Amino acid sequence: MIGKHKVGLVVVLPSIVAIAIFVYGFISWTVRVSLSNYNSFSSLLRGVYRFVGLRNYYRIFSDWRFQTDLWNTLFFTLFFILGTIAMGIILALLIDSKLKGTRVFQNIFLFPMALAFVVTGTTWGWIFNPGDFPKDPMGINLLFKQVGLSHLQWGWYTTTGHIGPFNIALIPIIIAAVWQLSGYTMAMYLAGLRGIPNSIIEAAKVDGATPWQLFWKVKFPLLKPITLSAMIILGHISLKIFDLVYAMTGSGPDNVTDVPAVYMFELTFRANRYALGSSISIVMLIMVAVVVIPYLFYSMRQQKEVKL
Amino acid sequence: MRKWVAVLLVAVVSVGILSFSITSSLASTKNELEIFSWWTGGGEEEGLNALIKLFHEQYPNVKVINATVAGGAGTNAKAVLKTRMLGGNPPDSFQVHAGMELIDTYVIPGMMRPITKYMKEWGAYDKFPKAILDMCSYKGNVYSVPVNVHRGNVVFYNKKIAAEIGMAKPPKTWKEFIRYLKLAKKHGYIGLALGDKNKWTALHLFEDIMLGKLGPKNYDGLWKNKVSFNNPAIKAALETMKEVLSYINTDHSAMTWQDATRLVFSGKALANVMGDWAEGYLKTLGWTPGKQFGWFAVPETSNAFMVVSDTFGLPKKAPHPKNALRWLKLLASVKAQDVFNPIKGSIPARLDADKSKYDVYLRWSMHDFATVTLCPSIIHGSAAPEGFVTQLNDVINRFVTKKDVAQAMKGILQDAEDNGYLTK
Repeated sequence: MIGKHKVGLVVVLPSIVAIAIFVYGFISWTVRVSLSNYNSFSSLLRGVYRFVGLRNYYRIFSDWRFQTDLWNTLFFTLFFILGTIAMGIILALLIDSKLKGTRVFQNIFLFPMALAFVVTGTTWGWIFNPGDFPKDPMGINLLFKQVGLSHLQWGWYTTTGHIGPFNIALIPIIIAAVWQLSGYTMAMYLAGLRGIPNSIIEAAKVDGATPWQLFWKVKFPLLKPITLSAMIILGHISLKIFDLVYAMTGSGPDNVTDVPAVYMFELTFRANRYALGSSISIVMLIMVAVVVIPYLFYSMRQQKEVKL
Repeated sequence: MRKWVAVLLVAVVSVGILSFSITSSLASTKNELEIFSWWTGGGEEEGLNALIKLFHEQYPNVKVINATVAGGAGTNAKAVLKTRMLGGNPPDSFQVHAGMELIDTYVIPGMMRPITKYMKEWGAYDKFPKAILDMCSYKGNVYSVPVNVHRGNVVFYNKKIAAEIGMAKPPKTWKEFIRYLKLAKKHGYIGLALGDKNKWTALHLFEDIMLGKLGPKNYDGLWKNKVSFNNPAIKAALETMKEVLSYINTDHSAMTWQDATRLVFSGKALANVMGDWAEGYLKTLGWTPGKQFGWFAVPETSNAFMVVSDTFGLPKKAPHPKNALRWLKLLASVKAQDVFNPIKGSIPARLDADKSKYDVYLRWSMHDFATVTLCPSIIHGSAAPEGFVTQLNDVINRFVTKKDVAQAMKGILQDAEDNGYLTK
């Protein structure tokens, strides 16, 4: 089999070697560091490797800051995915209804995706900056005051309020992230909607389906593969989120908006605790792998079925 | 035919790249000087350029490479520097905070050359206060030249608001100061402006309170393993900070230090505890020291000077050690310090500077620098290794929200124990 693809293999070989070294090689190195005692610059310098087993992992999991990070990631992922998919479907349905000017709006809705998270984070950070409310608000709070809705002012990402383990300071970050990626899900759903054969829609209309039933019972089930793929892509973005949080709010008071990536960054590049930082990155890798690998198997299986 | 042309092209390009990289690494034998710093903002960049110009006047044949990495307090530069030092490719000289940031990271692992004998040769050794050279020393040898000094324990206040609430002279104790903060709040102002979005400003405030409660001798003792962290003075500092926290702005976690100082400028807050780079900032906003704003040492610390100092050292593997020593000799001279510091807005580390070049605030600072006890700052890299500082940062940040003294005390003791300090 390989003989037939000899030329192809030679062309792909450099990429395979590069990935083996720079991706899998470095991942193994990170695992190695996470099992060591390299928690200061001088220990790294001395280079004397001391295997300490899973001690670093035990340490971070019993760290209240990391536990907060995990809860924050869970709720951020949950609401971010729900929000982006819901907005994506709504926008896609609107565009698909072929009202006037949909071409223009289609592009406008997609623009935020072209921005870097740092830009989004900085700008939305200004918008949601509460100021010294209620007497000296800034951003949206100021808007509320000016239109007479002063009682709607609240602390946004400076509040330490929470509903159980869910820190409501995450809400402004979720809004910014949903704003940025709704265009992406909208584009995917648009493609999906246009792929639904017209005959099915017509048949449903003839059977007397209301617009709601048309959506919920006909269109949405047919969009399931797109929903699944969107969930995977968005999920792996939100599990690793760093620049949006770092630029917008930092860790926040009492770490209400802290996420594992920010904690890992501070441990590795500020505190020189390389082994602890590495163990957080491996935990993040495992979280993403749990989400992505089953999906890869699922889509590979699908492709195999198509081939047959 | 085309395939061979492609292969030939690739071969030529690779040989070209290889030879370029070989010649550029050979180039290190040229007459160069590479200085590494994070002086990229405001007055710092101009100050550094003025120093380089001075260097050129003396050594016109040396090519100076000004390698900088932007990012406040050198957070990014330090990471880049570590990579270079680890890789055996250090710059000829680099900016580093006086004290533990240099000693713990590079001197103890043996990467720096002592410069005591050079400083004595240049006649500069006895022109600096002994305390600041001690901060730059390890086991009796000096390892870096202090260039500039900022004071950390200062309160800047809005004179108009102070007059309105009746603060006629600077408060001597925290009890007195809190009374004024309360008055300011009653008059509708913010008492103390705080901007801890980047976390460090909260520790900056705490270390100043701690300095007052411990006194400079015991504060120094913490770092020399002579005084235990399990100390009623530290608990008292936490209690005082808890009280002060009732008079800060509610949106402190959304503000950087500049935003907080700006609150004083725009007449919304009475005072701001900050290092005297805030004085430079107020001047760029248009204020004149002594006219619209006043200052005093953080209450209970008028007998101590919290030092924040930038220094330059000599790495063992510096590619051009002769030029590096020339650079250090320049930095240690009074002429260079009087060129750099007025531009940057800090005071020289040498005691024989020309006072006429500095504004009225800086002259006050210079007087105290020469007379009161010098103490190393925790948050600005002098007192303790970076691991200790980051952990303490986290503890204090939790404290700002939770205000739980027992919890914070536990965190401080844990941190001290982790880093080998006394906790009994």
